[in-house]
Amino acid sequence: MNLTSLHHIAISEVLNGLPHGIAVLDRELRVMEMNCYLEVLTGYTIAEARGVYGNFVLRSNLGPRGQQLQKVMETGEPISVEGNIINRHHKKIPILFSISPLRSEGGKLAGLLVVLEDISVLQNKNPRIYDGTEMILGHSPRMQEVFDLMPVLAQTDASVLITGETGTGKDIVAEAIHKSSRRARHPFIKVNCGALPESLLESELFGYVRGAFTGAVKDKPGMFRLAHEGTIFLTEIGDLPMPLQVKILSVLDDKEFFPVGGTQKIKVDVRVIAATHRFLREQIQNGKFREDLFYRLNVLRIHLPPLREREGDIRLLLDHFLREFETKLNKSIKGFTTNALNLLLAYSYPGNVRELRNIVEYAANICQGKRVRTEHLPQYIFTCQITTGAHQAEAHETGRQEEDAPPAAPFKTRPGNWNDIEKEMILQALTKSRGNRSHAAGILGWGRTTLWRKLKTHGLM
Amino acid sequence: MKILITIQGNFVAPRFDMVSEVLIASYDGQQLIGKPRTILISRPSADELCSFITKEEIAIVVCGGIEERHYKYLTWRKMMVFDSIIGPHAEALQMVIENRLVPGTILPGAAGDEAWA
Repeated sequence: MNLTSLHHIAISEVLNGLPHGIAVLDRELRVMEMNCYLEVLTGYTIAEARGVYGNFVLRSNLGPRGQQLQKVMETGEPISVEGNIINRHHKKIPILFSISPLRSEGGKLAGLLVVLEDISVLQNKNPRIYDGTEMILGHSPRMQEVFDLMPVLAQTDASVLITGETGTGKDIVAEAIHKSSRRARHPFIKVNCGALPESLLESELFGYVRGAFTGAVKDKPGMFRLAHEGTIFLTEIGDLPMPLQVKILSVLDDKEFFPVGGTQKIKVDVRVIAATHRFLREQIQNGKFREDLFYRLNVLRIHLPPLREREGDIRLLLDHFLREFETKLNKSIKGFTTNALNLLLAYSYPGNVRELRNIVEYAANICQGKRVRTEHLPQYIFTCQITTGAHQAEAHETGRQEEDAPPAAPFKTRPGNWNDIEKEMILQALTKSRGNRSHAAGILGWGRTTLWRKLKTHGLM
Repeated sequence: MKILITIQGNFVAPRFDMVSEVLIASYDGQQLIGKPRTILISRPSADELCSFITKEEIAIVVCGGIEERHYKYLTWRKMMVFDSIIGPHAEALQMVIENRLVPGTILPGAAGDEAWA
């Protein structure tokens, strides 16, 4: 295919401006060009994919050996067909493929243009996806307040700050707000501000231009640009380094920024949703978070209550997740025994809904009978019951204990404060998982990032 | 120890759930034992392939795109899974033996001429 007649950079710019994944394949069906949207969809960058067979990168179900691609190449007739891809992150995404032939100036077939439209929102039969509030379960008055607020947040375009402990569902709420908003058809890009070092995070967020630093061999668009017309979700915003806080503030104010090493400003139309489990006011007092950024993000705020404050929701969630895993694992588990249920209802769930879900998944996997019994529950629940007293004592000291919280456990067999107990729990989980952090995080009911952060806090790494 | 590679012609198959052929090699930690054998799968199905892999007591799985639940299942069964591999299966096998393969590798022969063979 003769691409030399067109300026290469201009083609990339055109492709990157379109809201669908696009691949240009040559006559041998090898990848010649891909836009950023397709890079996000597949998980491969154009630098990696160039020259590789299209279907090895797309990994579609368009027949064995990419039959549909070959068919268009042979007949020259464009087709549009529904299918799916499996991306590098193990996600199966329903796609509407539009495959058109590309012809050279002489009219000869020179390659293919493959457009991939993500139709997951249209295909999902589960109505909970459409109505943001139904993605989250809960009947408690505290959750009702959240449900009442969410449609209001979806209708406006202002920044939103989501606060809440780890595992309370901040990510799901952010995505639900995006999906119910007018930006739903555009990208929802999630960036974990706590997971990357400062220098890397800046280039991830704002992109860079060719030659900005050693190894920057081509322009990289950055997350803000990929989220154009959509929503960028900055999770763990409390961990954002100070210098980047200034840059984020400037983007929020001016809707434009300089990529790393760039001299031209880039304009973006992006809605920002931020989340953190930290107390930002404390962070401000400690000089770790800019007050002006806090007020800029805190235009609309939603606080997700911890599970221990969601009266009646534990039972609801236990039943919901048990049904989910019963179906997934093709088992016929009817429920919990009274003892197991009492234990689960009395547990404090420091990891909140994520921890509860993991406990039910563990139990559903282990249980071979009709009902989940105490011996099917993870062992750490029993040890944590002992520590509950210490935890609540600390909560009381900090004035955070709720009036309706369950009474403290009558025994405190472990010495030391909550930090010591938490450290011991982490060590036990790591021992049990033979040092595997993902497994240890699963045992504790935390995300990997949370475990990593706590390992750092306790000086365990 | 047994190594299983999902294949399509001379290449690692792009999708785990559409595989109709697998290659199984036995390995003693230093070299291959005997010749690798290929097995045809009667019906492409990720679930059935998972149970076949379990039954065959495979230790290492090399594949292309794989869905989260199948990936988690195999790793939960203590298997080492090298997923998202693109390229000739012979190169992939060699890299496993040399302990150089990592998930997501695009092998040098990925743009070979026999991808559709």
